[in-house]
Amino acid sequence: MMGRREWIHGWLLLSPALILLFAFTHYPAVVTFWASFFSTPRGKRSAKFVGLENYQTLLTDDKFWQVLYNNLLYAGITIPVSVALALIMALFVNSKLHGRGFVRMTYFAPTVLPLIAVANIWLFFYTPGFGFIDQVRGLWGAGEANWLGNPDTVLGALMVVAVWKEAGFFMIFYLAALQTIPPSLREAAAIEGSSRWTFFRRVTFPLLMPTTLFVSVNAVINSFRLVDHIFVMTEGGPDNASSLLLYYIYEAGFKFWDTAHAATATIALLVLLSVLAIGQFFLVDRKVHYR
Amino acid sequence: MSVDTMEIAVDTSRYDRILNTIGAWALGLLWFLPLIYAVWTAFHPGAYATRFEPFAPLTLQNFVNAWNAAPFAHYFVNTVMLVTMVTLSQFVLCTLAAYAFARFEFPGKTLLFTLVLLQLLVMPEMLIVENYQTMRVLGLIDTIAAIALPYVASGFGIFLLRQTFMTVPKELEEAARIEGAGTLGILWKVYVPLAKPTYLAYGLVSVSYHWNNFLWPLIVTNSVETRPVTVGLSVFSSVDQGIDWSIITAATLMTSGPLLIAFLLFQRQFVQSFMRAGIK
Repeated sequence: MMGRREWIHGWLLLSPALILLFAFTHYPAVVTFWASFFSTPRGKRSAKFVGLENYQTLLTDDKFWQVLYNNLLYAGITIPVSVALALIMALFVNSKLHGRGFVRMTYFAPTVLPLIAVANIWLFFYTPGFGFIDQVRGLWGAGEANWLGNPDTVLGALMVVAVWKEAGFFMIFYLAALQTIPPSLREAAAIEGSSRWTFFRRVTFPLLMPTTLFVSVNAVINSFRLVDHIFVMTEGGPDNASSLLLYYIYEAGFKFWDTAHAATATIALLVLLSVLAIGQFFLVDRKVHYR
Repeated sequence: MSVDTMEIAVDTSRYDRILNTIGAWALGLLWFLPLIYAVWTAFHPGAYATRFEPFAPLTLQNFVNAWNAAPFAHYFVNTVMLVTMVTLSQFVLCTLAAYAFARFEFPGKTLLFTLVLLQLLVMPEMLIVENYQTMRVLGLIDTIAAIALPYVASGFGIFLLRQTFMTVPKELEEAARIEGAGTLGILWKVYVPLAKPTYLAYGLVSVSYHWNNFLWPLIVTNSVETRPVTVGLSVFSSVDQGIDWSIITAATLMTSGPLLIAFLLFQRQFVQSFMRAGIK
């Protein structure tokens, strides 16, 4: 099969996927960008070109900055913690261990639950007074605490939920990678008399770098993509202390029906994500040794 | 190595292993605690929701009450239909596209592949506002198809299958061609069977993703006839129940139960298929 025939076959094979991809990814992305330069159509008034006004509104909105700060803090803490925990879990489960299957199951179980269900469970936990956490604290006489009602603790409370949910998922990737490291390397290291820590630092960890890159890019995207728990636990409150960017976009688009503002915030989110993803790729890629 | 250092090495490794076991179990129990707590609350009468007495009476009444309080049977049917629809259409579309990218030469290939990979970053979740407008124009608001459509052409799926197809030896394809198989015949008889672990791994990821998906279904559905369990659960626990934690927890476990049980039964296969699919 040569030339034209091959071209046509290639295009035909691609076309169903590409049509849908264009319709629901590229077209809406371009339209969103376009819409960010127009006012929101309301009733009989159609959208009119306003230039950069929407961006001005966005950048002078205190709530936007607060939400952006929240999201960066949320990402900055949950990503390293869940990736590190995932690696520790994978190392635990990959070693000789009594009840390995059970332990692996406990790490993995939260990842299978819908985030919305996880949020329900944790909402119950955080209930002031009779929730599980306050009960444990009650054992040493600490009083009631309203974790989700306090602007200082609410974001932290959501981070705990995210880490609990995500770590086990990333563990699977590390586990799959660990099992491809040949046992002969460990035996050689043991004969050399190197400690487990040295072996980890000098052999295991460098070999896992491609996995770390893959997992952390995923973690970055997830930290901006998953906002389901906010709907159940806080609705962004109190005082927007627990709102994240995508939730802010949802509110603008479907609560206040200000689609122009939502489009502008979407563009801000996409730009931020691209910068983070590209930056991360270049930063980590230099340290990755592909086999 | 002298006998002395050997003994020390054996000693430290035993010591290491004990520490390792303690650490692994401590973390495991900590991780499992929230689930145990939820199970406790769901299987005991409301009076014991936050009181831990080892011989508190067990009950299934919370599940019965939750089941009767909202149309969960309908929600389950919707979710199963949604997950089946998404996963099967993803398999078909991604297989075709991945085959084109893996084994065909045509103008625009690199550009198109870049456009596909772009979806790994620009995910459907971020385009909810515009996609909602599109669904309205198409008249698809409040249909299961509307929940599924933005996810069907999956960049992740295409990438994953392309990587797998590229490892298939070309000789196999040529042998099939000599036997008279056409393009689709080769794809179906040579490539698809060899990519089984990838399909399994991707299928599991996709099923759990769409079983658990919430934001887009919340936006695009507004009736019992289309709502998946996640949206049903949120409507149920926010509006109908007040704060009867026993019933809410029972409903929560009920909606996640089928998936949880399936994954726990198949977790070994799950990890192995990830390894064979080369996702690492």
